[in-house]
Amino acid sequence: MATTDSAADAVLPEDGAAGTDGIRFDGVVKRFGDNVVLRELDFSVAAGERVTLIGPSGSGKTTILRLLMTLEKVDDGVIWVDGRSLSHMRRGDRLVPADEKYLRRVRSDIGMVFQQFNLFPNMSVLRNVTEAPVHVLGLSKDEAVERARELLELVGLSDKADAHPGALSGGQQQRVAIARALAMRPKILLQDEVTSALDPELVAGVLDVLRDIANETDITMLCVTHEMGFARDVSNRVLMFDQGQIVEEGTPEKIFSEPENQRTQDFLHAVLDQH
Amino acid sequence: MSDVLSSYPLLLRGAWVTIQLTLYGSALALVMAFVFGLIATARSAWLRALGRIYVEFFRGTATLVLMYWFFYALPLVGARFAPMFAAVLALGLNVGAYGAEVVRGAVKAVPKAQYEATVALNMRPGQRLRRVLLPQAIALMLPPFGNLLIELMKGSAVVSLISIADLMLRAQQLRQSTGQTTAVFLVILVMYFVIAQVLQLFVRYLERRADIMLGRRPGRSARSPLDTRLGAAK
Repeated sequence: MATTDSAADAVLPEDGAAGTDGIRFDGVVKRFGDNVVLRELDFSVAAGERVTLIGPSGSGKTTILRLLMTLEKVDDGVIWVDGRSLSHMRRGDRLVPADEKYLRRVRSDIGMVFQQFNLFPNMSVLRNVTEAPVHVLGLSKDEAVERARELLELVGLSDKADAHPGALSGGQQQRVAIARALAMRPKILLQDEVTSALDPELVAGVLDVLRDIANETDITMLCVTHEMGFARDVSNRVLMFDQGQIVEEGTPEKIFSEPENQRTQDFLHAVLDQH
Repeated sequence: MSDVLSSYPLLLRGAWVTIQLTLYGSALALVMAFVFGLIATARSAWLRALGRIYVEFFRGTATLVLMYWFFYALPLVGARFAPMFAAVLALGLNVGAYGAEVVRGAVKAVPKAQYEATVALNMRPGQRLRRVLLPQAIALMLPPFGNLLIELMKGSAVVSLISIADLMLRAQQLRQSTGQTTAVFLVILVMYFVIAQVLQLFVRYLERRADIMLGRRPGRSARSPLDTRLGAAK
């Protein structure tokens, strides 16, 4: 990996399933005011696994990704990533809330692609992809540019390196955002409704890129999506959420072909009717 | 009128003092605006309070009164300032307080999604600000900064009251020596206006540069100096 965490790993709490790769949610509670978004949520994702989160809006799927990216804090419970707690670190023999330094260490394995792309408008496409590798990972500029050009080729945008993000279509911007996330060599890639903001004709291009990445890498993926065909193609497991809890989970074949839970059936009907 | 026009070297010297006051005053105001504007966005409540105190105090006190303090009152307790220094201090601190509000507002106006993208790329807090949030915020600051710059230039006329020979003071002298009140004030009206227009052109130029950086204006690629260097290195 790009960052070396050798001595720092001593910080991890012992009961955190140390040495266990992957993600584990342990009784996670998240509230926004009086609104309980996640209720004592337990689930885990193995390293290299592709998991799709489905469910009606407001069911807490996006919150799960945002908690993993440390954009939100849990109110109760613990999220473990490769045996390290995302919210707490060990100081002496006490667990204390994680500070920025600790968070930067746990974040280094996680990348995220956002619904609205969130490219930096003050930089060219190429620099969007090289900026963090140069300044966060400490790559030389030549290395970062070479890697960025490979990634832009992977997402089919070699000719747009010098363009401005604003000059690209939504689908192209999202592909740049995927390249930008991959440039940090994440072990875990979070995808938050990455095609929801796109015009219908641009969706396929983005999904094709993500299928390629799923086929050619062993990156752990958590996807929140309404694209059921894509979910069926890439995921090992589908989790159906409703009201902050998992109501059903299983292989895509099982969930999409013979869902058992009434709420899953209703949700799938509603989604498929739209298409 | 011809008396007034033939005394133009006097007025030009005054204009030059006004321009100097504007340059030094706005340089100080810019520094204060960024220091206290950024402090006002800090996580620490103490730092934010410090930012508020600066803004409220210097925004709420008249430039003229501040200047009298620096020039007449503080010397009584042993702090003596040259007139020019007292004037620049008063102008810079006062306009800096308005500027700090502009900086704070602009940084807060950058979409939260941009901040979240910097977190997802694991940037350090300083990098988030310097590389992503500030460049976008500065583009938002430029139009209000342009207003403040012109306000500062026009407001600098108060320095004539502590005998600094700026455009205003020279005009008063000329009026007394020639008795041509209308002509003198007409000429300096035009001179203040011309200086303001030059400042406005300068700010417009910066706004255009910012638009190009943010891709809002076509006609040039988004190549930045970094990309050019990278290209050359290949």
